[in-house]
Amino acid sequence: MTAYLLKRLAIALITLVLASMVVFAVLEIIPGDPARLMLGMNASADQVELLRNQMGLNAPLALRYLHWAGGLLSLDFGRSYTYSVPVIDLVRERIVVSLPLALIALALSTIIAIPVGLFSAGRHGRAGDTIAMGAAQLGVAVPNFWFALMLIYLFAVWLRLVPAGGFPGWSAGVWVALKSLVLPAIALALPQAAILARVTRSALIEVLNEDYIRTARAKGLPFRAVLWRHALRNAMIPVLTILGLQFAFLLAGTIIIENVFYLPGLGRLVFQAITQRDLIVVESVVMLLVAAVIAVNLLVDLSYAVVDPRLRSRQ
Amino acid sequence: MTLRFDIPEENFADILVKAFTNRSFLTGFVITALVAAVAIVSFFWTPFDVTRLIIADKTQAPSPVHWFGTDHFGRDIFSMIMVGARNSIAVALVAVGIGMGVGVPLGALAAARGGVVDEAVMRLNDLVFAFPALLSAIMITAIFGPGALNAIIAIGIFNIPVFARVARAGALAIWPREFILAARAAGKGKALITMEHVLPNIVTLLLVQGTVQFALGILAEAGLSYVGLGTQPPMPSWGRMLFDAQTRMVAAPWMAIFPGMAIVVTVLGLNLLGDGIADILDPKSRRQR
Amino acid sequence: MKLWKTILTAAALVLANGASALAARTDLVIGITLEPPHLDPTAGAAAAIDEVLYANVFEGLTRIGADGEVLPALAESWTISDDGKVYTFKLHSGVKFHDGSDFDADDVKFSLDRARADNSVNAQKGLFAAIDTVEVVDPATVRITLKNPQSSFLYNIGWGDAVIVAPETADTNKEKPVGTGPFKFQNWAKGSSITLIKSDTYWGAPVSLDKAEFRIVPDAAAAVPALLSGDIQAFPFFPDPESVAQIKDDRRFKVVIGATEGETILSINNKKPPFDRLQVRQAISFALDRKAIIDGASAGLGVPIGSHMSPANKAYVDLTGLYPHNVDKASELLKEAGLENGFKATLKLPPPSYARLGGEIIASQLRDVGIDLQIVPVEWTQWLDQVFTKKDYDLTIVSHTEPNDIDIYSRKDYYFNYDNPTFDKIIADLNHTSDEAKRMTLLGEAQKILADDAVVGFLYELPKVGVWDAMLEGFWENAPIQANDLTKVKWTE
Repeated sequence: MTAYLLKRLAIALITLVLASMVVFAVLEIIPGDPARLMLGMNASADQVELLRNQMGLNAPLALRYLHWAGGLLSLDFGRSYTYSVPVIDLVRERIVVSLPLALIALALSTIIAIPVGLFSAGRHGRAGDTIAMGAAQLGVAVPNFWFALMLIYLFAVWLRLVPAGGFPGWSAGVWVALKSLVLPAIALALPQAAILARVTRSALIEVLNEDYIRTARAKGLPFRAVLWRHALRNAMIPVLTILGLQFAFLLAGTIIIENVFYLPGLGRLVFQAITQRDLIVVESVVMLLVAAVIAVNLLVDLSYAVVDPRLRSRQ
Repeated sequence: MTLRFDIPEENFADILVKAFTNRSFLTGFVITALVAAVAIVSFFWTPFDVTRLIIADKTQAPSPVHWFGTDHFGRDIFSMIMVGARNSIAVALVAVGIGMGVGVPLGALAAARGGVVDEAVMRLNDLVFAFPALLSAIMITAIFGPGALNAIIAIGIFNIPVFARVARAGALAIWPREFILAARAAGKGKALITMEHVLPNIVTLLLVQGTVQFALGILAEAGLSYVGLGTQPPMPSWGRMLFDAQTRMVAAPWMAIFPGMAIVVTVLGLNLLGDGIADILDPKSRRQR
Repeated sequence: MKLWKTILTAAALVLANGASALAARTDLVIGITLEPPHLDPTAGAAAAIDEVLYANVFEGLTRIGADGEVLPALAESWTISDDGKVYTFKLHSGVKFHDGSDFDADDVKFSLDRARADNSVNAQKGLFAAIDTVEVVDPATVRITLKNPQSSFLYNIGWGDAVIVAPETADTNKEKPVGTGPFKFQNWAKGSSITLIKSDTYWGAPVSLDKAEFRIVPDAAAAVPALLSGDIQAFPFFPDPESVAQIKDDRRFKVVIGATEGETILSINNKKPPFDRLQVRQAISFALDRKAIIDGASAGLGVPIGSHMSPANKAYVDLTGLYPHNVDKASELLKEAGLENGFKATLKLPPPSYARLGGEIIASQLRDVGIDLQIVPVEWTQWLDQVFTKKDYDLTIVSHTEPNDIDIYSRKDYYFNYDNPTFDKIIADLNHTSDEAKRMTLLGEAQKILADDAVVGFLYELPKVGVWDAMLEGFWENAPIQANDLTKVKWTE
């Protein structure tokens, strides 16, 4: 058990360090001088050179990497080139939009998918199953930004039930703020729910074929009880894996969805920063998202051990 | 030689019969074939020229002349969807090709060698998986310039670990099998065994994953083009058409509806096809029936 | 469907909280497309800075009014010496900055000296080039001496780049702007919105609005739903002319089409072969179909131009007939230039829709005469870097929104790479001429030369499409400068 945990932890850390090197290296080779960008077109070569020195851009590559990575560890992400404020401030302003959005979408997707999966598995091969899985197939095929556009025009423009976009801020009241996250969360969640429902169903069907389930049923336990009590618990591993992957998906998916709904979240921040060549912001936010993905995957790995006692003893 | 295939007890005719009685496969096959046919036809014929802008004909509703209406430049949307199919398929196909071409050898290598090599390949996989694919694709296309070629590369890179993982998992399941042991006993090297025995046996897995990634590739290309980083005009692209449509949703909803449906239908067809293939060829799902 | 909609809408109304206030509103959410990089108009060229702050938070000695006229602002009145070189400004008394400190002549001297200093980061230093000295006569009087008479001086100091700032807060204005205007800065949620509130200490006529939030809506696509859903009540520079017809039908909104100073042009790199040849540039001009471009890129709302001058300007000369749309003539000229087989070039397009849409149309039109354009979409930072600064481009589309800016064609090292001593001479003469009739003649000649040389492809004057709630009044109809002056904006009823 401990060895398993330590190994997963070590792998996560190695991945994190490698990822930081990749991010740093990729953004290093991009053409364009950040100092020149900051000073604008009229700056002289001397001024640019002075700023380059101040920003430490003339130091050797390895030293700059260490400086940057060290800063990340102490939550000092540097200053944004375009906004000239500390990146951490920008991140703090934005994360209060993105994190709730991703979490709501994840919750929504789970709430929809697990019951549908159970329903379908319980009626394996029958009409209800076919219809539910047909709908799931459709859900997987729908691009979320197109779905978002359709939602906007139905609920925001036509019915005027919710805002078409924008975020009033949590200070405007929790209810008002949540209202503006409803459509984006649905747009994000539905395609993910479709995938999750399919995985839940096939995992359940697989488990239902196992011997101990047959034994349980032979003992006279009602099918429903078997499904909920035994099968679902054992089908959790693939479901958790997909949930973990989906978190990464949702974080990235927010980039396009936040642009469709113009929500001031991390995705929008990084998209704008990319187009404005605000590399320090791009570096920081990408690293943050990568770290989040790695952390979630680690959590999923650890939860295997909790869900599946066999894994504990095996390792 | 009968040992070379995972499906030894069946012959081709059996598979064919199963294929054409499998609802998923049949539907998926018909849709995919249709989309492919449309893409091929578009090389020789489209109802209207998609590179000629006729501003006077802009945003016309669907009619007997323009079946899906016209866009903001007076181009025929039906013709654009035809040419767009070509573009979507090309981008997704090459991206899957990159993923398979690099990923499968990596996965097979990891399975064959084990140990440090395996560990290195898996860590590399973890590394790529740690990057949200779409975010990185946006980053790559934004930095190295928007365009179809960079979109293909960006999508392709994120296909590599997927195929590496599938190939490795598939190969690991094959290696302990008797016929492999027999081949090893006969003195065959690992490379040769991989070529002759392992790869043919994981083709099914790869095919199924291939259709899934193909569908994801089409969605990714649409997403990138939708944010303006994928295919560039004058080449029509479904995602790009949606981008153009979004400001005109109320005045010209057909501009958004038809390209969106083209994406949904194509992806649906591919996914059904993949499911069907898995159903027909995967022994595990056979057991369930 | 209809019934359902009614029921659902009714349900929504019941659920909606706080729809009680029926008194005239005093808050306003205004949509803007670009987020300002910072909030100091004296330290940046971005029009977005002025769109939020000009006349609202910051004021200059003079200001530019809704129709481009010069109005007094912090200067109550002024006198000009007979030789046109000495301006004496009488300042308003009792003016306070938003931080509570008093405004006086020292602040004027500080601001103008800072703007024209050697190490100044002012984006329009040229505005102050004529100033020789700025003297404080007494706390309410400032005397500015020019090196030579400049007819446009009062206009120049009305620009956003010439607003008066306090020495104590000048360095922090980028983040927390402190001015003398009727609104003071409250909050900037980066990437989202900038909020201004009414200043209680304002010296001038009180404003009607208590609170004005500028919300950043970068996508034209999001602008329409945001307006229709009521999130945003005014979009004075509406980014999506194509939706205008649809919004016009909606009685809740007012759509006002005005004029800007934006000459939208197909810029040509005049030093890069084959564009260095007159025939090639003329061929491009003949190949362009302005009507199709205006219809396709600006929903038919622009006025065609034949040279670099706004049709609303007194000095305007109609040269649109010089190069009518004529594919045969264009092909002929290319043949004369030995390019009958056509050639390839790139067209770099910045983000605004006039450029991206216009670019696709122009690429199609030039393809008809054998010029094969590769479209390269670029962001503004890349455009400024590659096109404007490094001149690494063949063709690009951009709207030059500065007023009276025909002199850019005489600037050394400007991105057109155009060099014509005759033209330069006319511009130089213009600067020393104050006689109105003579100026008009010179400006006419200047326009003619640019058109004859087909320096760039002159397309159309960008319209200002303003959309706001029908119950709002007091917005500018035209855009003599890129600003959203809120001083007269109010809700009726």
